[in-house]
Amino acid sequence: MIRLVEGEVLDGFTIGRLLHVGGMAALWQVTHPDHDSDLLMKVPRLAEGEDPAAIVSFEMEQMILPRLGGPHVPRFIASGGFDRQPYLVMERIPGRSLLPLIDDLPRPIEEVADIGARVAEALDALHRQHVVHLDVKPSNILMRDSGEAVLVDFGLSRHAQLPDLMEEEFRLPYGTAPYMAPEQVMGIRSDPRSDLFALGAMLYFLVTGTRPFGDPQRLKGLQRRLWRDPVPPRARRAECPEWMQEIILRCLEVRPERRHPTAAQLAFDLRHPDQVALTARATKRRQDGWAATLRRRFHPDHRVRFDRAVAVMVEDAPILAVAVDVTEQDEALSATLRGTLEKLLATMPGARLACLNVLRQNRIALDSTLDDFGRNKHVQRLVELKHWAAPLGLPEGRITFHVLEAVNPAHALLDYVRMNGVDHLVMGARAVSLKRKLLGSVSAELAAEAPCSVTVVRARS
Amino acid sequence: MRIALLADIHANREAFEACLDDIARRDVDRLVLLGDLVGYGADPAWVVAKARALLSQGAVILRGNHDEATAFARGGMTADAAAAIAWTRHAVSAEDAAFLGALPMEVEEDDRLYVHADASAPDRWIYVRDADDARRSLEACTARLIFCGHVHAPALYGLTATAKLVPFKPVTGVSVPLPRPRRWLAVCGAVGQPRDGDPAAAWHLFDVISGEITLHRVPYDVATASDKVRQAGLPESLATRLLRGR
Repeated sequence: MIRLVEGEVLDGFTIGRLLHVGGMAALWQVTHPDHDSDLLMKVPRLAEGEDPAAIVSFEMEQMILPRLGGPHVPRFIASGGFDRQPYLVMERIPGRSLLPLIDDLPRPIEEVADIGARVAEALDALHRQHVVHLDVKPSNILMRDSGEAVLVDFGLSRHAQLPDLMEEEFRLPYGTAPYMAPEQVMGIRSDPRSDLFALGAMLYFLVTGTRPFGDPQRLKGLQRRLWRDPVPPRARRAECPEWMQEIILRCLEVRPERRHPTAAQLAFDLRHPDQVALTARATKRRQDGWAATLRRRFHPDHRVRFDRAVAVMVEDAPILAVAVDVTEQDEALSATLRGTLEKLLATMPGARLACLNVLRQNRIALDSTLDDFGRNKHVQRLVELKHWAAPLGLPEGRITFHVLEAVNPAHALLDYVRMNGVDHLVMGARAVSLKRKLLGSVSAELAAEAPCSVTVVRARS
Repeated sequence: MRIALLADIHANREAFEACLDDIARRDVDRLVLLGDLVGYGADPAWVVAKARALLSQGAVILRGNHDEATAFARGGMTADAAAAIAWTRHAVSAEDAAFLGALPMEVEEDDRLYVHADASAPDRWIYVRDADDARRSLEACTARLIFCGHVHAPALYGLTATAKLVPFKPVTGVSVPLPRPRRWLAVCGAVGQPRDGDPAAAWHLFDVISGEITLHRVPYDVATASDKVRQAGLPESLATRLLRGR
């Protein structure tokens, strides 16, 4: 094993400053002639008496990081094996982690929602690459200048398509006490929704200034979160809106199946507070009584059990969007459109539907928000959109309505699909008409440009 | 160096050819046939002839229990397997039988050991079905990596520094690193008679430089292979299990 010293060269990497020494690894700033930007070298702590988890978690990160891509993770550069000097070199993300935020709590609600949405989007990108992070906390989240959240430290992560070295090696749960999901406490490492719990605990902390489950140091203390619910955020901070409490407490549900089905759906809620379906969680004012708590703790029928064999597929709970033209009265097309949606929704119980309508604005003239009869056009469109979707019979939590005001409908829909992580857009094709000849086909443009599946529906004539 | 690992071909010409075609497209330097060239299937003579040609081109070929039973009359098999062996003994020449009987029980190169079944007692043909079986194999030899077959379903076991075992079911097309200093045992899926529910032929690619192993599945003309088994008068169950992959 080599002792790293500033100024030395290892496999072409010039060792710079020692940036950080953590429990499991040290971080060095390094440079390489092939790379313009600063790089980061992670070196595990292998000395006698160190936690053996340091080695295994380093092996896991060495397996997982090279397989990840996209803006939400640091770019992998190189790695060295245990035969000489184990290391991992990656892109160094400029800027700081979210850790300094917790020195100045509580944070404004809008800021928390924005951070939460960005982190949820990063988690969605990670989960789609078959990885559960399992250590989501402020110090493991950085923000790029371009706005994306970056998740770092995959030492406790689990890749669904690679062997899990951590699970067999250690009986104790590994994670960070304030944020660890109940199923993770019980040793389950395969559920992406564990990351939603951790994010919920972080949002709770940012909103209230208090950790929802404290910072227990022993297994017994960690297990308490299986039966003891947290104080509702609004009881700690009155100006926390109901929708925010709804989102946080849903993330903190003990049973994973009661949380948001995917990180994308959580991001969606955080981006659209007015569309969050409020349940009893939103108005809860105090912790559950002792009777309920004791039951959950001791009664065999009320104790929570986790399914170890759970295989949660991100693909099973997509965000669907339907673009509806409520101005064209085409009942045949509407019925076909709804029929297509019904079939998609029936096969995917975790799916949610966003109903979109574009309210066209004139390019130059300032539009009045009122129509000829003095009604608010935006509100009127929403009413029409809800009326259109009523036959689908979807419960409040599975459907949302959005009127987009734009000059160019195709661009507005594209922006919406991109911003909200829509997986599948369904829309009707405009009938062959003079209007389509003049304006071009919106559906054709979307089918060509959208970053997701697009289904264009036509009524058979 | 990139090594293609093929186990349990079992006289299935269609599956073997499909795998060799797939391998030819993937820039492979060496072939390792992990035993059981014959038995169960309807084309033992063709498969042996092909294996002998590959051997002359540098392939490594191991002996399996069906190869041994074809060369030397041996008991201890299930009724279907025994019936297939009786048929196979007539279907191959004496020269082919001698070739099968002369195949090595194990071959070691660099830090790799190739063997058909359990490495602790190769001539007892014990299945490596779980972590305990894998541990017995790994503890019986010094090679860092063991590649075997015999089970007809792919699996991967990693032995850690603290002597714990990590079992893993590989995913088709996803390369899995087998990092040092850990030791690993790879049970290769079957070319000619898969039993993991997927009828497609299985082979594995091991890249020595990157240390990664990848499971490949190749669809082949199962209907023809199955039909030939039936035409040959072999037990019906051997024909149907090809279709089901069980």
